[in-house]
Amino acid sequence: MLAKRIIPCLDVKDGRVVKGVNFVNLRDAGDPVELAAIYDREGADELVFLDISASVEGRATMVDVVRRTAGEITIPFTVGGGISAVEDMKRLLRAGADKIGINTAAIRNPDLITDGSRTFGTQCIVVAIDAKYNAEWGEWEVFTHGGRNATGIRAIEWAREAERRGAGELLLTSMDADGTKDGFDIKLTSAVSGSVGIPVIASGGAGNAGHFADVFAEGLADAALAASIFHYKEVSVQEVKTALHGKGVNVR
Amino acid sequence: MIAIIDYGMGNLHSVSKAVERLGRDMVVTSDPEAILAADGAILPGVGAFGDAMANLRGTGLADVVQAYAASGKPLLGICLGMQLLFTEGEEHGVHRGLDLLPGRVVRFQGDYKVPHMGWNELTFKQTSPLLEGVDPGHVYFVHSYHALPEQSSDLLAVADYHQPVTAIVGRGNLFGMQFHPEKSGDLGMALLRNFTDLTGAKRK
Repeated sequence: MLAKRIIPCLDVKDGRVVKGVNFVNLRDAGDPVELAAIYDREGADELVFLDISASVEGRATMVDVVRRTAGEITIPFTVGGGISAVEDMKRLLRAGADKIGINTAAIRNPDLITDGSRTFGTQCIVVAIDAKYNAEWGEWEVFTHGGRNATGIRAIEWAREAERRGAGELLLTSMDADGTKDGFDIKLTSAVSGSVGIPVIASGGAGNAGHFADVFAEGLADAALAASIFHYKEVSVQEVKTALHGKGVNVR
Repeated sequence: MIAIIDYGMGNLHSVSKAVERLGRDMVVTSDPEAILAADGAILPGVGAFGDAMANLRGTGLADVVQAYAASGKPLLGICLGMQLLFTEGEEHGVHRGLDLLPGRVVRFQGDYKVPHMGWNELTFKQTSPLLEGVDPGHVYFVHSYHALPEQSSDLLAVADYHQPVTAIVGRGNLFGMQFHPEKSGDLGMALLRNFTDLTGAKRK
């Protein structure tokens, strides 16, 4: 049986991890490669690097981070952030990334999903969706630019279109849950996951190990992503997995 | 020396790094002489079956891989590279494969998520030098098509995804893994180490 995946996410700016990281025995707490190797050893099933560099130089640095990471770890990893052309995807995949995450650029130019999946295979293309509940609609709306801009697009519709265009997976972030540590957005996750035939990674709101069990059982998620609870060592990947195993969830 | 065959399909970096980490001499190459002279060869691959076969034929490497297989030296196909070992694939039309193992590659069909993506547990079906000293566990799969070997004796391991899914195949010097051993943690590395041991390739 397919195991549920636990995915730590690292925010990288100009080749350095930002947001606090509380690991002991680190030579360099800001080195994404060293942290990736630690998460690999702790039992993470995949990793996501989110490049939040604002400059061309920063993005060029990411290619080097990807190359070094690919030589260090034995689990798959996705790179997202600021990727807006098939050429960008090619550079990162050649450097050793397994998947490419696209978000704002996919909304602006949905052909990017089609072209990317046709060129590299659907399994390489992860469409990231930032969604927020719209009370007027009674469903969720897609936001872009790190959650700053409303698009007027319904999240479930967009998820379906992304799948139709060849996305291999969706990374679904609930803007309502993100940062609350009150748990994943079960309603959003189950609504989207039940509407598509591709895997859905739930993101936003993880505060403890129990939240992961909920999003797998009730949220129908295939994988769950978290950043701060892992970085600040509030709970380790291994602890989450032990808790999931205890609740009968199939994990590696 | 282990040759990682470069025919323009997908990410060779991770595979080559993994072999390097195992301490074996390795070369990523599309040169027929270098491939035929190698102690072991790996056929990786990500992408579509038809495109891959077109590339292999266009570069003349299809003949080279078939000659290599006939030489008796160990050959390992990974992911799409494993699927190409079979008779034919039904991805965007029917395409002839390398036909080294009898069987077909078909799309997952059913009311479940495709691609089969993530960590799934292996069940070993028979003994093989490739599986020597290895305990079954989870490995990382990403694929929308799966192989149906004609002969059960070619099937070394399966995973369960709404049906038994061909995970490892083997016949004599020929091996294939549907999952990505280079992305499958310690277990993946152990399987790759067994393969590189079989080649007898020199340690660095």
